[in-house]
Amino acid sequence: MTIMQHIWIVLGVLFVLLNVAAGLIWVERRLLALWQDRLGPNRAGPLGILIVLADTLKLFFKEDWIPPFADKWVFITAPAIVVGSVLMSFVIIPFAPSVVVADLNVGLLFFLAMSSLGVYSIVLGGWASNNKYALLGALRGASQMIAYEVFMGLSLMGVVMLTGSFNMGAIVAAQKDRWFIVTQPLGFIIFFIAGIAETHRLPFDIPEAESELIAGYHAEYSGMKFGMFFIGEYLGITLISAMTVTLFFGGWLGPAFLPPLVWFIVKTVAFIGLFILLRASLPRPRYDQLMEYGWKVLLPLVLANLLITGAIALWIRK
Amino acid sequence: MLTHLRTMWLVFLHLFHKKATIQYPEEKIRLAPRWRGRIVLTKDPDGGERCVGCYLCAAACPVDCIALQATEDEKGRRYPEFFRINFSRCIFCGYCEEACPTYAIQLIPDFEMGEYARENLVFEKEDLLIDSEGKYPGYNYYKVAGLDAGVKAKGEGEKEDPPVDIHSLLP
Repeated sequence: MTIMQHIWIVLGVLFVLLNVAAGLIWVERRLLALWQDRLGPNRAGPLGILIVLADTLKLFFKEDWIPPFADKWVFITAPAIVVGSVLMSFVIIPFAPSVVVADLNVGLLFFLAMSSLGVYSIVLGGWASNNKYALLGALRGASQMIAYEVFMGLSLMGVVMLTGSFNMGAIVAAQKDRWFIVTQPLGFIIFFIAGIAETHRLPFDIPEAESELIAGYHAEYSGMKFGMFFIGEYLGITLISAMTVTLFFGGWLGPAFLPPLVWFIVKTVAFIGLFILLRASLPRPRYDQLMEYGWKVLLPLVLANLLITGAIALWIRK
Repeated sequence: MLTHLRTMWLVFLHLFHKKATIQYPEEKIRLAPRWRGRIVLTKDPDGGERCVGCYLCAAACPVDCIALQATEDEKGRRYPEFFRINFSRCIFCGYCEEACPTYAIQLIPDFEMGEYARENLVFEKEDLLIDSEGKYPGYNYYKVAGLDAGVKAKGEGEKEDPPVDIHSLLP
């Protein structure tokens, strides 16, 4: 791959991702509306897609207020961290056979490291806001993400064991005969649940719980800084969907009548839809229920999964 | 866990349900004939104003948004000199319609009266008066009233007997 090709891939991925994140504003509002027997935004442009433009322009023209009691520089940096860390995670995802920004041999570990960094934006944003609700949201966010980070990593170790590599390309290639959803169904379920908690989407949106914490850690944010948290959330959804597809649903593998990139996009979009369906249908658990569920149910389950997978992998190899 | 999946499936099925949204400017909501909207002044079948300027509507109005001044023409028929309704105060309660003895003031099923300037919501008589009999076609107050106001002579109204000559002794 020449350097120019590489630069084009980087720019292309960045362009597509940022547009997808913005477009998800419209997708989510339309889908939520349809699931609530409404129509949703359908006036601006064809099917209402220009609502994205209207929303973005609105965000840009909002007053960009920094509270006088806030820690100014940390307050400004926090929203950038979430977008930055999520975008960094996309680096290792193979979108198609040769379309990958960086084919790292520790790809999966890099993803886990980067998604853990996202917690900094919540903690710093909430703490720097110097506001009770924001601080509570940040505390909740930190404990939730650290708790779910543990078995998010562990749930993927089954896949790594079966592949024998952390490299994402190798993981996709190992699913040529049989997707990992068949051999690792428990791993998939736990990874997906941890992924929802990681992106703090409903039903696990404890850190920003509107009904109890107003907006949680981003209560003090306005204008495009709030927009960055928003974009970060949508990028997170896309990231977890793309990772689920790559790790358990064969990535860009699929019947030959469609090109690999299209297969990847189709699968990812289906999972994004599932994320929105979750938001439309499930209520939020209580905070202690969330933590109990994580440590007392999911962690033992994921360890058992790891044990059984390891045993079977050893038995087959022998 | 299974109930969660069931919930998600049921919510997903709502994709194919009929939507509750009415796409308003293109699609109108159905308004019942007695829906209380914009207030109008109606006319009798002969084209005369029904309003006799009795002030009952103004008295019944809980927000005092009706103002009028009664006057009389040369034949003795009463009519309002001006009739003013301030729709920025009106609460569309319909008490004026209930109070009206001549079916003149009526509320009609129309709510699309948005204005940019508040003054434009003050409707004068020429804005209120419509060329219609409204909900009571065929009704003419002066035909059933005993009074002679140029519409019919005394004693010639509907269900009205000719006046009795009180000075005659004949039965």
